[in-house]
Amino acid sequence: MKILTLVRQVLDAEESVRMKDGAVDLSASKLVVDTMDEYGVEQALRMRDADATIEVVALAVGATRCEEALRTVLAMGADRAILVECGTPLDVIATSSVVSEVAKSEQIDLIFCGGGQADWDSHALGAAVAERLQWPQATWSSALTIDGTQLTGTHDVDAGKETFTMALPAVVTTQQGLNEPRYPTLPNIMKAKRKEMRKLPVESFGVTAKLKVLSAGVQVKERRRTMIDGKDAGLAAAELINLLRNEARVIA
Amino acid sequence: MILIVAEHANGKLAKSAYEMTQAARDCGREGPITLLVLGSGVAPVAAQAALLGDQVLVADLPALAEYDPEVWAAAVAQIAGEGEAHTVLIGGSRSGREYSPRVAVKLDAPLLEDAISLTDVGGDLQAEHYTFLARVTERVEALGPVVVVSIKPGALSPAKANAAAAEQFDVELTLPERRVAVTARMTEKSERVALADADIVVSGGRGVGSAEGFVELVEGLADQLGAAVGATRAVVDAGWRPYAEQVGQTGKTVQPKVYVAVGISGAVQHLSGMGKSKVIVAINKDGDAPIFKEADYGIVGDVKVIVPALIEELKKS
Ligand SMILES: Cc1cc2nc3c(=O)[nH]c(=O)nc-3n(C[C@H](O)[C@H](O)[C@H](O)COP(=O)(O)OP(=O)(O)OC[C@H]3O[C@@H](n4cnc5c(N)ncnc54)[C@H](O)[C@@H]3O)c2cc1C
Ligand SMILES: Nc1ncnc2c1ncn2[C@@H]1O[C@H](COP(=O)(O)O)[C@@H](O)[C@H]1O
Repeated sequence: MKILTLVRQVLDAEESVRMKDGAVDLSASKLVVDTMDEYGVEQALRMRDADATIEVVALAVGATRCEEALRTVLAMGADRAILVECGTPLDVIATSSVVSEVAKSEQIDLIFCGGGQADWDSHALGAAVAERLQWPQATWSSALTIDGTQLTGTHDVDAGKETFTMALPAVVTTQQGLNEPRYPTLPNIMKAKRKEMRKLPVESFGVTAKLKVLSAGVQVKERRRTMIDGKDAGLAAAELINLLRNEARVIA
Repeated sequence: MILIVAEHANGKLAKSAYEMTQAARDCGREGPITLLVLGSGVAPVAAQAALLGDQVLVADLPALAEYDPEVWAAAVAQIAGEGEAHTVLIGGSRSGREYSPRVAVKLDAPLLEDAISLTDVGGDLQAEHYTFLARVTERVEALGPVVVVSIKPGALSPAKANAAAAEQFDVELTLPERRVAVTARMTEKSERVALADADIVVSGGRGVGSAEGFVELVEGLADQLGAAVGATRAVVDAGWRPYAEQVGQTGKTVQPKVYVAVGISGAVQHLSGMGKSKVIVAINKDGDAPIFKEADYGIVGDVKVIVPALIEELKKS
């Protein structure tokens, strides 16, 4: 069995967003593997730990820099990596045709995808890939087990949670709670340098963008930043309630 | 036509249907505003939808009693195709975010995700949405004649109902087999106001100390204010509160008139879910906590002392 885990490189959450010419400029920023994707990688590795015949392939569609993210995932334990090099970011629907083409040519049985990107807050890639492949999907999974070709899991839905079963091939999107992703150890970081990293140009997939980014801007909402001294709790409470009622006029 | 997939629950049209209708009325695209109601036993919902749209399409089938991403995507894509919809609006709920990409692929259409505004500019549909943990607002244009859009809940003002009801039509659908078998459902019910709809939200972080502290301080203050209750991921991970209450990147997005952060540090992932609130109040014992940079009113102090004093003060009046 072959598992494909999608890997995205995102801005480190601690970093501030830099802008240049009306667009986000990541050239001088620290980028990391999206935490959401680490859950998928970890899940795939656990499945392989239980069944050594499983192969774990990591895929990123993005700039040459994404190689770093893929190396991290190889150091976590993935068997090999594929980077589809693409200078300008593609929209989700276009990306989904690249991912599904790779899944077909690699004869993948199970795809893990992050539940929502840390930088874009999108949730679409997993479902779009599932549709292109005509596979079922489970999104927002917080527990997952595999028995032969049958997946059993728990995931979040509008009204709460559900437990489900479905058969492979399938797409699963991951989220917090699924597992505790492992850290790469030094020997594994060394080993990862020798693992296969195949690079393919995005042009060979013949995809066309479906969206055009026109502009981007950092929003700063002006806050009052009025500080109230908390030494006397009673006075502080009275002052806050008064300000909410009479200055901000947001409570009755 | 502009096709709106009307979300509903418990026999009631959801607020998102009103918000999507307003987006449809304001976006500057031609064609009748058509609400599609999918479900089983949905006549009351269809009647409410008839007061919003120019026409209503109803698929009232036992097979639609429970949501499934493939079934919903097939139904919506079929109706959009047959009705020659140029714009398909889908709610930005968990389910909407899940099946809308399938609809876009089926229609070979671009997907505008989590839109907070929608405008036709010379025949092309443009949307704004938040990116980079809601710190950046991006404007994107859809390239193509047919566009699928998911609308961020709570970002747009809800439409007012029309005086007269529009005509309703039953539709026939060819639906695929379900491939995901649901074996159990756990609903998270709360007696309180729904987080997404609340004017006031009181949220607690690790600073409340314990599950009991959360009940006493956060629920106690929320009771006095008639507020919804939210929590940080740290609190949810600790098992003090259900995931349904989590606010932030991986939880819910809220935009109330007042957000009261009780013992919350203000991590970016939390801020991305509440940073657009009109007024933010923070109570934290650490004067350097990042939350104070985002706050309109801040009290530096122990929540165990300040919050009971606030509850007392509110009880006075
Ligand atoms: C991929 C990813 C997604 C995430 N998604 C989310 C999300 O959706 N939502 C979310 O909330 N977080 C999310 N997080 C976690 C986030 O980074 C923070 O860890 C979390 O928000 C911290 O919660 P907290 O403020 O309750 O806890 P802490 O950061 O521990 O803060 C507790 C605060 O309470 C104060 N305090 C302690 N005792 C008292 C007292 N007696 N009186 C007054 N103040 C006191 C402290 O000074 C401190 O500032 C995510 C993280 C990652 C990596
Ligand atoms: N360019 C990409 N390359 C690899 N994986 C991606 C890419 N874009 C999105 N993903 C995956 O999809 C998840 C969510 O992205 P999306 O569905 O676009 O929000 C991410 O966490 C990744 O797992």
